[in-house]
Amino acid sequence: MLTATALSCVRGERRLFAGLDLAVGPGEWLHVQGENGAGKTSLLRILAGLSPAAEGEVFWQGEPIKVLAEGYRRQLLFLGHHGAVKEELTPLENLTLAAQLDGTALEEMAALKALARFGLRGREDLNVRFLSAGQKRRVLLARLAVRKATLWILDEPFTALDVKAVEMLSGLIVEHVTNGGIAILTSHQAIPLPNGKVLKVGT
Amino acid sequence: MNAVMAIIRRDLLLAMRRKSEVLTALFFFIIVVSLFPLGIGPETALLRKIAPGILWVAALLATMLGLARLFAPDHADGTLEQMVLAPAPLGLLVTGKIIAHWITTGLPLVLLAPVLGIQFDLDTGALGILVVALLLGTPLLSLIGAIGAALTLGLRGGGVLLSLLVLPLYVPALIFGAGAVEAHISGLGAGGHLSLLAALLALAVFFAPWATTAALRIALE
Repeated sequence: MLTATALSCVRGERRLFAGLDLAVGPGEWLHVQGENGAGKTSLLRILAGLSPAAEGEVFWQGEPIKVLAEGYRRQLLFLGHHGAVKEELTPLENLTLAAQLDGTALEEMAALKALARFGLRGREDLNVRFLSAGQKRRVLLARLAVRKATLWILDEPFTALDVKAVEMLSGLIVEHVTNGGIAILTSHQAIPLPNGKVLKVGT
Repeated sequence: MNAVMAIIRRDLLLAMRRKSEVLTALFFFIIVVSLFPLGIGPETALLRKIAPGILWVAALLATMLGLARLFAPDHADGTLEQMVLAPAPLGLLVTGKIIAHWITTGLPLVLLAPVLGIQFDLDTGALGILVVALLLGTPLLSLIGAIGAALTLGLRGGGVLLSLLVLPLYVPALIFGAGAVEAHISGLGAGGHLSLLAALLALAVFFAPWATTAALRIALE
């Protein structure tokens, strides 16, 4: 259960949002909507604990995330605007190194399977530099398939994906949520997934 | 600990794939050091006297070359965010990055220095002291440099600022490092200088990852 009370965010001189409350429980997902510059990414970064909120607090299972620190980060998977994918490494290396950084050992077979699931079969050993923007995103999304986290915070996960990849990602999110996970994501498109809540930022 | 090893392995792998960055610093070191004997001519007494200083200054500048790229690529592609959100403490991961930086820039300098020292007519004993001093000093350069690299992360024109910030902090390493070799040549014994260098290193090992982490968190907010 992720809750936040009276969050406000100030960027430069501008107050993006104030008094924002939210609560997402297991088996639910939250669609954060808002215009460009409304503060969607800022909200997600606050929820992930990357930047502090100007006011308010974020709670995970009733405890402030600042207090939980490592315990919270273990449960969390955050995918931001940037790829966090190294151009000079292959998709396979990117995936295994990211898993090791998360403190979990990832067997090569499992990594290959995840990459194949996202349509990167045959490109496992090609430097990411030679992949297209959409394929780079797919490498990133393969992390969702291998990382065991309860809370997913995804910033614009559908960017640069083709129809098939969007379907695969939607399937992955549904699977995660029906297994008792929580997902929070931003997207400008309508997302036809069950059990969704909508949060409008900056209105 | 696994996460630290993963960071070191990743950075070494990246250095292998982007060889030019590592080799640039290395060739810079070789060429700068080699220019002095060519310019001054075969005056062995003079060369021997200036050798430690030149080798150390060249090592400082060679370390500076790659420093701006220590955190910048990770910052640009979002890897740094993932490091902050990893379960392992950021301080440990940063230490891993600093170790990898030393292996790719500091260690080659240590290994090359005795070969370059021969151009300055240094004897075996002096070359040995030079290697020991660099072995203690180059990790210090990486540690202090990491603080500067983190502080200037994301700034426009950060490269020049980084030099202004870090080079003054390198002065103690330069004084004691070059002093160790000079003291040995003049027969005073290098023990005192090397001990001070080791003390500085111990201090930096404790303090630098913490300061770097704090600076990185500010840069990411």
